[in-house]
Amino acid sequence: MMRTLLVRGLLAGLVAGVLATGFAYFFGEPSVDAAIAIEEAGTSAHSHEHSEPADAGHSHGDEEAVVSRGTQSTIGLLTGVGAYALAVGGLFAIAFAVLHGRVGALRPRLTSALLAASGFVVVVLVPFLKYPANPPAVGQSGTIGDRTNLYFAFVALSLAVALISVGVGNALAGRLGAWRGGLLAMGGYVVVMAVAAGLMPVIDEVPDGFPGSTLWTFRTASLATQLVLWTALGLTFGALAERVLRPGAAPAPAEAAAARAGQ
Amino acid sequence: MSQASVATPRPVQPRIPLREIAPWAIFAGVLALLVLFFVSTEAGAVELFGTNGLIHEFVHDGRHLLAFPCH
Repeated sequence: MMRTLLVRGLLAGLVAGVLATGFAYFFGEPSVDAAIAIEEAGTSAHSHEHSEPADAGHSHGDEEAVVSRGTQSTIGLLTGVGAYALAVGGLFAIAFAVLHGRVGALRPRLTSALLAASGFVVVVLVPFLKYPANPPAVGQSGTIGDRTNLYFAFVALSLAVALISVGVGNALAGRLGAWRGGLLAMGGYVVVMAVAAGLMPVIDEVPDGFPGSTLWTFRTASLATQLVLWTALGLTFGALAERVLRPGAAPAPAEAAAARAGQ
Repeated sequence: MSQASVATPRPVQPRIPLREIAPWAIFAGVLALLVLFFVSTEAGAVELFGTNGLIHEFVHDGRHLLAFPCH
């Protein structure tokens, strides 16, 4: 059973990855290109000195570029987003298997949709509100270590608080009912994360003169790419899991009518 | 006709035993974290595999658009 669900998680991840790549290509790439043009023009006051050894071969320009822009924005984008979606799809299947039938008594496709919505909020949206995505040319190369640590620390904290909230909410639901228990748990998550976000350091490295509209389009495209990915994952996996876990369930009206007509 | 009201049990969803999930969770968890590391961080903040920045360059756009700190 678990193996079947895992395979379906990867399949749903693949579908989600392809859709999210398509979205990112049409809506995200223009602002990435615009940001790279700004980076290369060097118009901003911010100096993009490559101080770190890991950054030595880093260049967005065509000259001495290890990977061309054409590759980065097509095959590279598909590989990056696709691999991420596959990995998330696998983890999603595991989380679904643990939650299904234990937290709530919803049918598979509802559990899957709720898990995807929660996953998007906990893993993407809440971290994004504190440490938003940045296009090229935003962010000093010297602080990449700190920025990476803070970002992943916040994601990890968000996941941990969400897990505790699910446990507490599940226990409360037994006493107060599912609606109240669930709302209290979500409220607890929001309060804890708001306090944590208030206490953690601020990162603001947008260089002077960087166009606000480019930053806005990049960040909304980034968030929407993740939204496409998690939505597709939750709905696709839900449909696939429904077939495994409810094989004898009442067929959809159209199928039932077709079956009757065929007899 | 008092029996009619008893005939609607609360729907119960099948549970997958945790003992069955555990080995798959470890297997998939390790693989997924490795993949996520390559997509999100390799040759950005740290470089563990001596890829000379190639991975970073290749998944560069995805890393930016998936909201990871890239460089």
